[in-house]
Amino acid sequence: MSLSTKPAADESSASEITTTQLPSGMTVLVQPMPWLRTAAFTLSLRGGIQYESPDRGGLASMVCEMVQRGAGSYSSRDLVAVQDNLGMDRNSGVSTATVSFGSAMPAESFGEALKLYADVVRRPHLPSDQIDDARMMMIQELRAIEDEPTQRVMRRVREMQYGTRLGRGSQGTMESLTAIDADDIRNFYQSDYHAGGAILTVAGRVDPADVIRQAQDEFGDWRCNEFESAPQPQGQSGYEHIDADSSQTHIAFAFPSIPYGHPDYFRMRAGIGILSDGMSSRLFDRVREKRGLCYTVSASCHSLINAGAVFGYAGTTPGRAQETLDVTLSEIKNLPSDLEQSELDRWKVRIESGLIMEQESSASRASSLASDFFQLGRAMPTDELSQIIESLTLADVRDYWEKHPPSDYRIVTLGPEKLQVG
Amino acid sequence: MPEFKQTTLPNGLRIVAETDPRSYSMSLGYFVRAGSRNELDPQSGLSHFLEHMMFKGTQRRSAEDVNRELDELGGQSNAYTTEEQTVYYATVLPKFQDRIVDLLTDMMSPVLDEQEFETERNVILEEIAKYEDQPPFGGFERAMEIHFSPRGIGRRVLGTSESIKAMTAQRMRDYFNTRYRPENIVLAATGNVDFDGLVDEIQRRTNHWAERTASETIPPDDTESLPDGIELSTRVPTPDALQAYCIGIGAGPSSACNQRHAARLLASILGDEGGSRFFWDLIDTGRAEVATCWPQEFSDDGAWFTYLVCVPEDLESNRRFVREIIDQVVQKGVSEDELKQAVNKTTAGCIMQSERPSNRLFSIGGRWLMHNEYIDLDQSLANVRGVDQNAIAEAAKKYLLKEPTDILASAD
Repeated sequence: MSLSTKPAADESSASEITTTQLPSGMTVLVQPMPWLRTAAFTLSLRGGIQYESPDRGGLASMVCEMVQRGAGSYSSRDLVAVQDNLGMDRNSGVSTATVSFGSAMPAESFGEALKLYADVVRRPHLPSDQIDDARMMMIQELRAIEDEPTQRVMRRVREMQYGTRLGRGSQGTMESLTAIDADDIRNFYQSDYHAGGAILTVAGRVDPADVIRQAQDEFGDWRCNEFESAPQPQGQSGYEHIDADSSQTHIAFAFPSIPYGHPDYFRMRAGIGILSDGMSSRLFDRVREKRGLCYTVSASCHSLINAGAVFGYAGTTPGRAQETLDVTLSEIKNLPSDLEQSELDRWKVRIESGLIMEQESSASRASSLASDFFQLGRAMPTDELSQIIESLTLADVRDYWEKHPPSDYRIVTLGPEKLQVG
Repeated sequence: MPEFKQTTLPNGLRIVAETDPRSYSMSLGYFVRAGSRNELDPQSGLSHFLEHMMFKGTQRRSAEDVNRELDELGGQSNAYTTEEQTVYYATVLPKFQDRIVDLLTDMMSPVLDEQEFETERNVILEEIAKYEDQPPFGGFERAMEIHFSPRGIGRRVLGTSESIKAMTAQRMRDYFNTRYRPENIVLAATGNVDFDGLVDEIQRRTNHWAERTASETIPPDDTESLPDGIELSTRVPTPDALQAYCIGIGAGPSSACNQRHAARLLASILGDEGGSRFFWDLIDTGRAEVATCWPQEFSDDGAWFTYLVCVPEDLESNRRFVREIIDQVVQKGVSEDELKQAVNKTTAGCIMQSERPSNRLFSIGGRWLMHNEYIDLDQSLANVRGVDQNAIAEAAKKYLLKEPTDILASAD
């Protein structure tokens, strides 16, 4: 099987990735996609959850919100009006290690859009009279999660997997949110919004030389702070149950694995793909289709810089919850025992098709460039990734999973009754 | 440039395509006029249950074969059911066109096996239970039932646990034979598609669809009583919920109505996620977790939803805020700047959406199924840009003057 990732129009040479490091420390990656009408960027800074102090959970999110409440010569409302008029479809948010601002737009808006975001991250007003509003917004989010059983169990299992510092949610707690004040916000902004380790990725109908020139103008002289890049996770295995009078029992599980940059990553990832990607995957087929135990069951990989984990979820009515958990975990355990070539082949077609179709979306390409660079320290050209996938053998996958059987499970259930674990 | 093509086969099946040889992918979808509004009480939930069963095997393929082959073609494939249609779709690389056409078309002649039916019944019951645990805990379904009555457009898509438990495979077969006739079906394709090849293939494979006939006659519903498992209280008890969920429902434009573009822009100005009037007063200030509104269009009718989520103690004051903002727009309309901003945002969104053939598929297939009409991107953009302040003011008066019915899901 061999799939070409060459663009339909003969533009492959135009789609090479340019990587430039600015004097300030920010890395700029540009991938022109001249066949599109749009452009997109992701701006990623080292202002994630792991830099919050333990009693200020939610601070990274709160600063991410506050920098967008007015910046440069724009008030909060002006900023939104200008962005809407430029046709920017935008998003922002924090992860464990980073805070990211992304946007896709008609290509002609790109220059203005980038200028705006330079204002947001470099010249925010951080208006102290809006801190209470931003805090209330965060409290709303926190309460929303409490009403979503799936989110509740996933949030808790993540914390058990990686420990408090790297595993806790971005929303903080009632207590920590109440404690955050104007000084916390200013200090976090000063120490954690800077060009050190920052990544700007751009994809779409753009000219790389223009983008790099503009990035140099906007970010070339930004401050560069020291930062701790990869603290060690501190998770522990165990089982927790949350009592609730719900219609379903919600089951979350996790076990330690390897991160994206690890040499064995794709051997591991292919196994999880065989378990959970697609309608013929083992969990979908054997837990849902053959047994009718649940509507949703899945497992997926997650990476921090120096640690990775597999996370999974199943939701089912209480009477069938024990069987669902048992069947799901035994499918994972037995993965390497009866692997078939056709399973791996299907997974490969899925990944390769995804890579090719990614060329239809500047936003999706910009975001992949950012996560690749963050995890690997370099861009991963689509062709290279495609070759890695293609060269994987069934023996690679079997060998990996035989040598690294899942262990040290973290399990969280929410529902009327506790389950038997282990 | 994308090119529009269409034809109707002798058996009545319609085929439409927006082809673009520059695309990296192609999307294909069967759009069937089979939704909850086509069901009678004893059939409640059948369109959706049937959608699941369409993946459970044909004369030529077992259930496993169907899922396996869909995965072998990579890409994305799935199905969904609404009040008016059931859609089966896939997005694949162009080189897989023949295989996906064969597979999806074969799936449209399912065996509806008894054993598979029993297993899948459990999956449907799990799906119903799943939504019972998710905010707003069935509130949207309740709103539709109260506004439209629990029959017709107001009938819930998943059915009720009661109706699903009582369902039989024979009843499903009959429903299938009634609804999945060629005149009720559109095949749509977008992206890098060979249209002529597609038409030849489909004609060859779907001739026998015209022979489908139902044997069961179900008596009309007794509209004096409620269907099993349905109640019409505006309160949905959710004893454990922290937040209060308030759903307002009133009249809205249909997808045939010329006012729909104005109504959509009005909803954007009032209730968009960022930069709308609700946003600045209720979200930006942290008064509410969600405050939004949208017109929900059906082919011959429509609804206007308002959705508010906040701490229960703030519900009354927030409802007043929402009401004041709506009254304001009904009385004074919107400003030129607001309209310009909404138009720019909406048109940019359309342009970005249209880059993927998979996104185009649903508007093209759905529109052709319901209205026999094709609207290209430029026309869509022109429709949005053609809305002026007057049109918005008229839409506001027409749809927002009357107080909506409020459905409340909260702990007290």
